[in-house]
Amino acid sequence: MSSKHSLVLTEAPWLRVVLITLALTFVALFLLLPLAAVITEALRNGVEAYWEAIVEPDALAAIRLTLTAAAIAVPLNLVFGVCAAWAIAKHDFRGKNLLVTLIDLPFAVSPVISGLIYVLMFGMQGWLGPWLAEHDIKIVFAVPGIVLATIFVTFPFVARELIPVMQEQGTEEEEAALTLGANGWQTFWRVTLPNIKWGLLYGVILCNARAMGEFGAVSVVSGHIRGQTNTLPLHVEILYNEYNFVAAFATASLLALLALVTLAVKSFVEWRAAQQAAAARNAEPPASVGSLA
Amino acid sequence: MASASAFTFKRPSVIPGFGITLGFALFYLSLIVLIPLSSTFLKSTELGWDGFWQTVTHPRVVASYRVSFGASLAAAAVNLFAGLLVAWVLVRYRFPGKRLIDALVDLPFALPTAVAGISLTALYAGNGWIGQYLEPLGLKVAFTPVGITVALIFIGLPFVVRSVQPVLQELEPELEEAAASLGASRFTTFRRVILPSLMPALLTGFALAFARGLGEYGSVIFIAGNMPMISEITPLLIITKLEQYDYAGATAIAVAMLLISFVLLLLINLLQWWSRKRHTE
Repeated sequence: MSSKHSLVLTEAPWLRVVLITLALTFVALFLLLPLAAVITEALRNGVEAYWEAIVEPDALAAIRLTLTAAAIAVPLNLVFGVCAAWAIAKHDFRGKNLLVTLIDLPFAVSPVISGLIYVLMFGMQGWLGPWLAEHDIKIVFAVPGIVLATIFVTFPFVARELIPVMQEQGTEEEEAALTLGANGWQTFWRVTLPNIKWGLLYGVILCNARAMGEFGAVSVVSGHIRGQTNTLPLHVEILYNEYNFVAAFATASLLALLALVTLAVKSFVEWRAAQQAAAARNAEPPASVGSLA
Repeated sequence: MASASAFTFKRPSVIPGFGITLGFALFYLSLIVLIPLSSTFLKSTELGWDGFWQTVTHPRVVASYRVSFGASLAAAAVNLFAGLLVAWVLVRYRFPGKRLIDALVDLPFALPTAVAGISLTALYAGNGWIGQYLEPLGLKVAFTPVGITVALIFIGLPFVVRSVQPVLQELEPELEEAAASLGASRFTTFRRVILPSLMPALLTGFALAFARGLGEYGSVIFIAGNMPMISEITPLLIITKLEQYDYAGATAIAVAMLLISFVLLLLINLLQWWSRKRHTE
């Protein structure tokens, strides 16, 4: 594609060099340097200090809690995303656009407010607070609140990736499968799922990255109890505010690593999805000729 | 929808599972999002109109709007240019490491905000890699509103790039060829042909980055310095009020922010609709 442009029309070579240099400088300054700073600061006092900060019990507890919250939030939002996309993309009904907008709502809400709403629901001064206290159930300033806030901020990820993919797929293949006697579950499992698997994986990866990295919302509902209600990002904050910079950046480097893995898997998924799309395009003409004959 | 289906809720289809999937989706949406969100509006009525108005127009709160709006607007404006530049270079030119840069653009989406916050603070503090060169020039970045803007530039960049990139990719070369063959210079072609077709996508990216900037918390609080009236963002005020157990006050500010967010969401939807319409024409 780009070769076509460069043959026909493009900017003067010097301008091209200037633009590329400017863009790369901006990316280096704003994206690469922060990444490099995390690693450098983490290793400032050597590998041993780095390792100590990570295997410290409070850090390990934070890792455990972060993994737990993601392990609950991601599957729930995955099931929701598939259900919502199935209803929206494979059926026509009134109010569909409104539903799509409502699903995106959590993205429009400040993370701080995402935490606040659960404090208002389940906190001591909240609606269900007195009842919960009577029954000795703790939601806010405890693990369930952290999980709820995580679910909220990652709510739209899977659904919003799947809806366009499933819409593009149409319903013909599913209808064919159903006509051939497959039941609904078989149709989803054998026909729909293979078509959407890359979109699904893409959504899950982004959902997971946000679930493990969320700070604002979780900060509001966490009681900031070390070793109990601290996720990794909250642990980073506490260490940083205690001027324990090496430990803070060492913990942060784990999250930076998570981000890099996310980007790598995401690029891979994009590449595979593009391959699949190209293969489908190449396969189409003979198929339609066949059906005509 | 045809008039025949004017009274039906759903168009008939052989595909099963509509009831259960829509039912579950609505149930889950209500439980996680709609009911908790509506609790803010109900809680804010506790204050009464006067109390609500006094809270959201308190000088310290108004100052925080100024900081949040100013920094978000400035950052989104920087990203409008930087995002267009990066998208342009990624779509139009070939250079070593292009795929890596393309993947890296999404870093702000993937990197937890707290990590971005402490990292940018380390870079722009007086003794940091960048701060040590800026401070002698009299430019203090960390712990000032400029620092907030820097954090929001980081957060907002992918919104503009990812909005513009696909549109730029699918721009028809014929239009540019026609402009050039009619004697337009490259700059004129860019200004009169390319830029107008990119406008909806650019504005969408700008609005997305701006909206995200208004609500952003994690990446900002470390670098902001959080001085009342000067570098205190609105989301931080909500937290401050919560820590003082002023739930109604926190909720009032939250409601003000939510209303602004919803207006922005509406605007973004309109922009995207405009963009799609323009694109398909």
